[in-house]
Amino acid sequence: MNNKDSAGTNFKWVGKRTRRPDGPDKVTGRARYGDDMIVPGMLHAKILRSPHAHAKILSIDTSKARAFKGVKAVVTSADIPDHPLTKPPYGPIITDFHDISCNVLAREKVLYDGHAIAGVAATSERIARAAIKLIEVEYEVLPHVLDPLEASKPDAPVLHDHQYTHGVDPEPEKPSNVFRVVTGGRGDVEKGFAGADIIVEREFSSQPVHQGYIEPQACIATASEDDSVELWTTTQGHFVIRAFCARLLNMDMARIRVTASEIGGGFGGKNNIYAEPVAIRLSQMTGRPVRMVMSRSEVFRATGPASGTHTRIRMGAKKDGTITAAEVDIYNQAGAFKGSPVGRSIETFFSAYTIENIRASGYDVCVNRPKVAAYRAPGAPMAAFAAEGTINELASRLGMDAVDIRMKNAVREGDQSLSGIKYGQIGLLDVLEKVKSHEHYSAPLGPNQGRGFALGYWMHGGGLSSVSANLLDDGTIAVATGNPDIGGSRSSMRVMAAEELGIDIEMIKPIVADTGSMGYSHLTAGSRTTFATGMAVINAVREIIDKLRALAAKKWEIPVEEITWEAGQAETGRDGIKALSLKELAGMATKMGGPIAGHSEINAGGAGAAFSAQLVDVEVDPETGFVSPKRYTVFQDVGRAISPDYVEGQIQGGAVQGIGWALNEEYVYDDQARLQNTGFLDYRMPVASDVPMIDAVLIEVPNPNHPYGVRGVGEPPIISAPAAVANAVENAIGITMSSLPLSPPKVLNAIEQGQAEKD
Amino acid sequence: MARNLVTATINGDEVEFTCSTEQTLLDVLREDLHMMGTKNGCGSGDCGACTVILNGRPVNACLVLGVELDGANIETIEGMAKGNELHPLQQKFLDHAALQCGICTPGILLMAKALLEKNPDPTESEVRFGLAGNLCRCTGYDKIVRAVLDAAVEMRASKS
Amino acid sequence: MVDLRYESPETIEVAVALLAAEGQMARVFAGGTDLLVQMKEELVEPALLVDIKKISETRLIAIDPDQVRIGAAVTGAELGENEQLKAMWPGVVEAVELIGSAQVQGRATIGGNLCNASPAADSVPALIAAEARAVIAGPDGIREVPVGEFLTGPGQTSLGLGEFVTSITLPKPPEHGGDAYLRFIPRTEMDIAVVGAGLSVVLNPDGTCAAARLALGAVAPTARLVEAASEIMVGNKLDDTVLEALSAAASETCSPIDDKRGTIEFRTKVAGVLACRVAKIAWRRAENN
Repeated sequence: MNNKDSAGTNFKWVGKRTRRPDGPDKVTGRARYGDDMIVPGMLHAKILRSPHAHAKILSIDTSKARAFKGVKAVVTSADIPDHPLTKPPYGPIITDFHDISCNVLAREKVLYDGHAIAGVAATSERIARAAIKLIEVEYEVLPHVLDPLEASKPDAPVLHDHQYTHGVDPEPEKPSNVFRVVTGGRGDVEKGFAGADIIVEREFSSQPVHQGYIEPQACIATASEDDSVELWTTTQGHFVIRAFCARLLNMDMARIRVTASEIGGGFGGKNNIYAEPVAIRLSQMTGRPVRMVMSRSEVFRATGPASGTHTRIRMGAKKDGTITAAEVDIYNQAGAFKGSPVGRSIETFFSAYTIENIRASGYDVCVNRPKVAAYRAPGAPMAAFAAEGTINELASRLGMDAVDIRMKNAVREGDQSLSGIKYGQIGLLDVLEKVKSHEHYSAPLGPNQGRGFALGYWMHGGGLSSVSANLLDDGTIAVATGNPDIGGSRSSMRVMAAEELGIDIEMIKPIVADTGSMGYSHLTAGSRTTFATGMAVINAVREIIDKLRALAAKKWEIPVEEITWEAGQAETGRDGIKALSLKELAGMATKMGGPIAGHSEINAGGAGAAFSAQLVDVEVDPETGFVSPKRYTVFQDVGRAISPDYVEGQIQGGAVQGIGWALNEEYVYDDQARLQNTGFLDYRMPVASDVPMIDAVLIEVPNPNHPYGVRGVGEPPIISAPAAVANAVENAIGITMSSLPLSPPKVLNAIEQGQAEKD
Repeated sequence: MARNLVTATINGDEVEFTCSTEQTLLDVLREDLHMMGTKNGCGSGDCGACTVILNGRPVNACLVLGVELDGANIETIEGMAKGNELHPLQQKFLDHAALQCGICTPGILLMAKALLEKNPDPTESEVRFGLAGNLCRCTGYDKIVRAVLDAAVEMRASKS
Repeated sequence: MVDLRYESPETIEVAVALLAAEGQMARVFAGGTDLLVQMKEELVEPALLVDIKKISETRLIAIDPDQVRIGAAVTGAELGENEQLKAMWPGVVEAVELIGSAQVQGRATIGGNLCNASPAADSVPALIAAEARAVIAGPDGIREVPVGEFLTGPGQTSLGLGEFVTSITLPKPPEHGGDAYLRFIPRTEMDIAVVGAGLSVVLNPDGTCAAARLALGAVAPTARLVEAASEIMVGNKLDDTVLEALSAAASETCSPIDDKRGTIEFRTKVAGVLACRVAKIAWRRAENN
């Protein structure tokens, strides 16, 4: 593939700081998010949710709600198709429509506080809210379990009587909350430990955390009598929403047209369906558009957090720092239904290192909490918290520098990740070298301060993307993708298209098209969009260039091979032929053959792994345990920063989410497993005064598989943050910290216990 | 249901609306006046996405009742730019890439405007504490703080 | 669904009559920053809101020769802008200014923070330390109650039928007096106090303590006066022995609960820490007065 970077091309747009195309609408309040749409004649829907963490539904009586003035329809699971159970044992397929259907509207059981039971559509939201209270549900309350270790025990309350642990030998005879055990490894772990001079063994735990997008889930469904549906929703992937809704409701996919609204944050949390099928059914039942907006408390109670985890880890090293063996068991909370990112945890534990002997087991455990959803590098931050924490302790006990021990074990080109991904050109050593040479690394610390360091790895992915680029008469180009723009992808698409064409970025109008207008495009997730969809944009634009060269050839009556495309115009080496600009050619197109467009539908491969290292200084109040981050620097291999501003923004945002994960974010349940902190007041995400500036050091080791060298950038910055912050706290107070969040009571306890041990 | 007739000034225009007592300013703006620029993030005053300026002070529109507003002067994001000319804060937010998803942006812009009117030359720390009532989950606040500080410089220069 | 009505009387008498007529189904409405959230969460479902902001007495800050009167509907932002008051009772003002964000400050009132009667209300420990009194209007006229007695339990006050708080009075600050308020929260802003501590101190000309009042919030069903603080401090300078005793006395006064905001153990410890810190600030202020 033509790699402009390796060719040393000077870029016109790539790497420049340009205003984002979606900016003006967003600073003026014009941009329309999920909740900003009004359809004439629409009804308002609300959902009745379970007050119990675990209960059998004995009966649901909706008659009083139906009779309430202004109520137009009530929907329960009886009104949506039942998806039969897959016969046990399951294959390792996590997208199980029986589960999704039971999560959208509970069937035999409710499995968490906030589990949806019924939906009501009414002429106002106030009426809908009043009507759901008139629905009478009879429950038989069952014992609940919230902790993954407890839930894995044989005598734990079982959420699913039909679930038998997959991946163990012999096959289990009793149902279990453990859906599967994922294993990975290489070499001979016992031999590795035998060769170690020092072994560190620790346990780590982390709590579920919410993605914390400020825009709640919201949608409007409009069903028609011909079985077609228009759906407006805030999502990271409207094609996926279409597929899920169609499958769940037994509808023809083409009959559902989904338009993605502007999205007010997702971070993985808007990859799933929640209210959409309910809104569609209510619209079908009433013949009117139905709008459904979640309250903040519904968002916390019923949409997906990231898994909480419990990890047992053991690592051994030689005196020179060579890590000889590592083994780990991680228990990931899946929430009410199977499907925690345990595979990703396993993959990311040790894949930054050339450890010869590894054994890793991951347990996907159901508990009475909302089903987990992806959250920025799903599975990785908790793995890094344990692995990096252990490596920091190894380094400290060996008297080694935290960066040096990582350099000693760092993977290089040709090495393999745990799952066997063979690394191409990667920037891990470049990142580590940059850390060592950076002023922050050796800057003096004040009293009660500590510095932390940790490394994060993310494998990245490509996948399915479609792009349609249409050249218009005046020489401007509309570039449509099927990916909601969550982190600035319209900007990067525009930059790459303009770079290819050699024209001004203002001539490109990037848009997000609906599902009826485009080929399938997978989620805007996993930091894949600028890489994969960007590649499709480049392909589509190159097709336009080829067509323009052909048009020039026709006009000049010379072979197309003689025509090159440079700086936005068709040129030929022949004397006397004046170059034709894009604009001139665009004007001729309709008269000389027809409109010109470029398309690309691809399954992008070759995504580049990326590494993010973080240095953080914190100050700890020794009397209260309050932790204040004072300085923060992120070093990340970004491949190629197409739009440096937005790359930095991803890094800064990811790091601050990681600070929240490390310090204060957690779910608080009462003894009935009812969620106590269902709002932003007590679910404590960082506010502006909690954090310092986040310095982003961009290291550019291009990914050779992308024309501009792009790697993903959104996932890596969160991965190492909890580990780095924890390490900084450890160094400030001189005590190891193994349980997130490092909230003041926990830190104060550690300080006092540390003092007691010294006394 | 009791309906209350209210006349208020919104972005310089006199606006008459009726509302039921429990309707908040946020409900009135969004549901009745269809001014969707004021965002609904939590409904409990914890996220700041619905920040508007009421009689010269920043408030959460979700914690103000419509019925209180007879004679009130309200400024929303829709009134921040003068015609096609963006406010310096809006310009600086674009220049500094101080927004990503943008859902918090209208509220932050209005809060920042109120902040700079009260304190035209704030320190970084004053900006951070001033914006503490506005959650942003995308940016980590770095570029927002820089944009506000830079806008303050420009706004001071244009006044002197 | 209750049909909610709204009234905004301009006199105390009309407000009292409205409240008395509606009884339990009426709620006094000022800043709304607690009430509207409670209504949204359906914790309360009133039939009548009596907005007291048009009653001029509730909106005044009057600095009289012998006392300071702060109208119940004065907002945190307005208090913070009153330099004269800030110089007189900096601890009270800083406590009210800590309630919520800048946006909440523009609405939340001192009277509302008091009458919401949260055990964690920031204004209350500072008001108790300053010997503030609540001025209450009702069908039988006006009465005054010390703030510490006004609050009877979480969410509970001594207000009777038809009564509401019109203003809060503070004594004229004593010479060589100083007050301060500190709270602990897990973040730097936007949280409810896990522990709050208000302290007011008066110094003798020789620099020893003449009088002291320490009150703690969020460590018991209502804010508590640390009775032993006065005995520990009076006659002494603020040395390590006094601080240690003050810290212990503060911790001993606590009978907190475990909840989403803090543990019993943590609150008890931090109460002692804050008591010392707030004493140092108040002391310094007293020395400069």
